[in-house]
Amino acid sequence: MIAASWPRSQRTSARLLRIDRASGAIEHHGADELPLLLRRGDLLVVNDAATLPASLAGSAEGVPIELRLMDEEAGVWRAVVFGAGSWRTPTERRPPPPALAPGARLSFGGLSARVEAVLAPSARLLSVRFEQSDATFWTELYRVGKPVQYSYLSGDLRLWHVQNAYAARPWAVEAPSAGFVLNADSLGRARQRGVEIAALTHAAGLSSTGDETLDAALPLRERFEIPASTVAAVAHARARGGRIIAVGTSVVRALETRALEHGSLRPGPGRSELRIGPGFELRVVDGLLSGMHDPTVSHYALLQAFASRAHLDAAHSAAVKAGYLEHEFGDVCLLL
Amino acid sequence: MSRFSQRGVLITGASRGLGRALFEQLARSGARVVGVARRTDDLERAAQALRAEGFEAHALAADAGDIDAIYPLAGASQALVGPIELLVHAASTLGPTPLGPLLDLPCEEFSRVLQLNLLGPFRLTRAIVGGMLVRGSGIVVSISSDAAVNAYPHWGAYGASKAALDHLSRTWAAELRGTGVSAISIDPGEMDTDMHRDALPDSDPATLARPVDVARQIIAGLERLTPGESGSRVIAADWSAP
Repeated sequence: MIAASWPRSQRTSARLLRIDRASGAIEHHGADELPLLLRRGDLLVVNDAATLPASLAGSAEGVPIELRLMDEEAGVWRAVVFGAGSWRTPTERRPPPPALAPGARLSFGGLSARVEAVLAPSARLLSVRFEQSDATFWTELYRVGKPVQYSYLSGDLRLWHVQNAYAARPWAVEAPSAGFVLNADSLGRARQRGVEIAALTHAAGLSSTGDETLDAALPLRERFEIPASTVAAVAHARARGGRIIAVGTSVVRALETRALEHGSLRPGPGRSELRIGPGFELRVVDGLLSGMHDPTVSHYALLQAFASRAHLDAAHSAAVKAGYLEHEFGDVCLLL
Repeated sequence: MSRFSQRGVLITGASRGLGRALFEQLARSGARVVGVARRTDDLERAAQALRAEGFEAHALAADAGDIDAIYPLAGASQALVGPIELLVHAASTLGPTPLGPLLDLPCEEFSRVLQLNLLGPFRLTRAIVGGMLVRGSGIVVSISSDAAVNAYPHWGAYGASKAALDHLSRTWAAELRGTGVSAISIDPGEMDTDMHRDALPDSDPATLARPVDVARQIIAGLERLTPGESGSRVIAADWSAP
């Protein structure tokens, strides 16, 4: 499938492949038709995490590096270090970064940090502590950081290219991009049809690092938070026979992690290390709106919790034949 | 307990006047507050003092009229205090002072007034309100002026920007009806502020309201704001009367 190389000016102009979960039957639609594919009583759950400027270009002990932030806990960030260069070179072809030991000093414009530890499973996965905090840290991060992006794109992304229309807290390292095809108009039309909308926040992480060991371990632990209002909305939808439709795989991970931990959905913060794949029994989510990705990536394994491999392969072939575009600025599929 | 207790609040124009009074009072009522100003030396000291007392307050340096400042502002503020429940557009400029007739107003100066007083609030609302929409809760406050309604000589740029801001607030409210998100514009009345001195240097401060009192009136009104009031334009002194 061909990668979309730049964001569309009109996000809802993407194409939408509807895949029937049971029969595998497919239909071609425009993403602006999504509200028409939903029913009164359905609940659309979005990930409202804003996308961080998580890519920091700078140096480690004087050697050029790029650091891609992953997540923060009590002032310490987990991050992946890359060698010199930028997103324009595919991650697997980037030169290796210098070997960094605890105590190594990193600097990125107005930000400076020390390596606290080198983490498993790769010497490139670090925990780092920044010397700046609170408003100073965030101001500088937004000054020097850029959105994480990949070599199939045609130009430098700006921060607004990677935000959903409903983005709030900046927890995501890569955009929860299934929501790119939603805007205020389509959400409003869905609501008019009696579809409810709820949000949770999930810190969507890096999808690729170019380091085989690390990539095999992705997705790493990711934090999420489910508000009480969303738990209530799920219960309400269920009670009236509505379907729970996740916008993006991060929403599936958050809801299913919580349901597995407690036997039922509960509000509050959590961490997900859940791997969802063929045979996974979905406890909360009935449908998924998701981007188009290659069958070789872990995303495709998650889709197999929703439909059989044979049905997905057939749908993928049909999408390729029809000229669908893949990746975060590409087309979408609705598994329902 | 305040409806804003533990909730994220973002206030532009927080270094002086009404914005500053709202910043301090909302922090003291238990809200998690971020104040924005171009220069934050003094605001940061106020934030530090509030934090030392156990309240949550942060100062972010940004020009709310600068298009490139918007997403960093939305991101940094919500990283600091969580999803924004209350957004207050208090930043504004009169344009060149002493105020003069429209015929003498350079076009570039009018553009500058619109950037800060009108386009800045539109952009920041656009960056914040989508999150409120999917959470089903939030309030957007635009600080307006008597000059939005009455055409005073020499107040042309400021008055036109505030009239448009009022209209924008009404339109947000119309589009957000039924979602749990409210938009309201508030005329604070004449206050004893630096801005008022810049506009009318000869007025008697004793005849002017104090920003701390007006902030109290506004917060009292916001505490009991109902969805039915969304889209309205209120005068602070009348609004807060029980």
